[in-house]
Amino acid sequence: MKFVKNQPSDDTLDLVCRMCPLHLLEPGEKIKCLKKGQVLEVLTDYDGALEDIPAWCEKCGQEFIGMEEDEDCYKLYIRKTN
Amino acid sequence: MKRVYMDHASATPVRKPVVEAMLPYFDQHFGNPSAVYDMGSKIKQVMEEQRAKVARLIGAKAEQIIFTSSGAEANNLAIKGVSLAGQKKGNHIIVSAIEHHSVLNSARFFERMNFEVTFLPVDEYGLVDPERLLGAIRPETILVSVMHANNEIGTIEPIPELAVICKEKGVIFHTDAVATVGNIPVDVNELNVDLLSLSGVSLGAPKGVGALYFRDKLRLMPLIHGGIQESGRRGGTENVPAIVGLGKASELAAGELTDKMNYMQNLRNLLVAGIQERIDQIKYTGHPEKRLPGHASFCIGAIEGEALLFMLNQQGIYVNTGSACASKALKTSPVLVAIGIPADLAQGSIVFTIHNSNTVEEIEYVLEKLPFAVGKLRSLSPIWREKAAA
Repeated sequence: MKFVKNQPSDDTLDLVCRMCPLHLLEPGEKIKCLKKGQVLEVLTDYDGALEDIPAWCEKCGQEFIGMEEDEDCYKLYIRKTN
Repeated sequence: MKRVYMDHASATPVRKPVVEAMLPYFDQHFGNPSAVYDMGSKIKQVMEEQRAKVARLIGAKAEQIIFTSSGAEANNLAIKGVSLAGQKKGNHIIVSAIEHHSVLNSARFFERMNFEVTFLPVDEYGLVDPERLLGAIRPETILVSVMHANNEIGTIEPIPELAVICKEKGVIFHTDAVATVGNIPVDVNELNVDLLSLSGVSLGAPKGVGALYFRDKLRLMPLIHGGIQESGRRGGTENVPAIVGLGKASELAAGELTDKMNYMQNLRNLLVAGIQERIDQIKYTGHPEKRLPGHASFCIGAIEGEALLFMLNQQGIYVNTGSACASKALKTSPVLVAIGIPADLAQGSIVFTIHNSNTVEEIEYVLEKLPFAVGKLRSLSPIWREKAAA
């Protein structure tokens, strides 16, 4: 797992309290609205996202930048590359 | 026998266009909206159209609506969903003392889970005092819930004034609008609320469907975990026919509210004046002006509300004694206790909820039969005989 600190982002998707498979479906939809090179911040409290989101990024050709642990959730950062 | 139904807060007839809209979704268009093939995706699209119709009725966006099985579920989802999602921030909830049981009991459930709950008192009309709310908010308060209008006494609460206090204090505000949506204008932006519950029951939609409005970016723990339904906020295959019914009823309600309100208010005023003229020792409960247009509630001295209800039933008149839960449990209504009605007078509670399907002739029929029923019951009452002798 790659860790980051104070990673800037262009948009945020709050998925706290929501579980599988929303942690994959919603970023997929949201990233369509971003421009190439922009960064999406995903907030989640679902542990499964820590494995699933980097794997999903690899599969979809997006760049997984890293994650930061916050007080009540994880923050995961994805850069749109295609 | 003549049938006069004036208990529309409990249930309304499902409107003909609503039934017609629903029917194809039982057998012809029965696909699962989550299925990816067109028999599913087309249903999903229809469901999203209904979401937009419900949203339009209350000034919301479609994506801010979660379909539920009832107003009670919407209330549960609001109270429990916000409390569970926000428990790291605080463990204090405030609800008014006259809320529906689905709010009161959800709050009491959290008392068992180390939350603190303040049951906010109301005045003699059932109104929550904004100053009192301000005084009850603590740093650890995460949620306030005050109903838009009370189903037993009809009083409409000053929601925008209460909501603005919560906004300033950073506290989430929920209102139970089951009694108001379809009866008076309801706009989530004017009310300034974070969450709002509604039900099909008061809209001429079928029973078994409701909705919760939630503002953007609000965290809500689901009560029913499942799949992707309702964007992961409420699991379970959706009740498509009922949702279509709710959508159609919302669409119809939006266009006819002003006329409906005026009509119901006129009938209500006729009923209230007639009852007050014909029956003595009677108290009109709730606020005289700030109340639902079709709502008339009384406490009649030396009468047992349940007995009166059965006598009226024999005449084909269907009304209520207040909260169905309290009356079935033979308990004094907590709403009447909260507004300071003495226990003996509270026993004589009777509630009329008028709809635009009622007529002047029906009001006249009630005014003819009600005084007779009251007189008959009072003639059997030792309390009444003692009073008369004194």
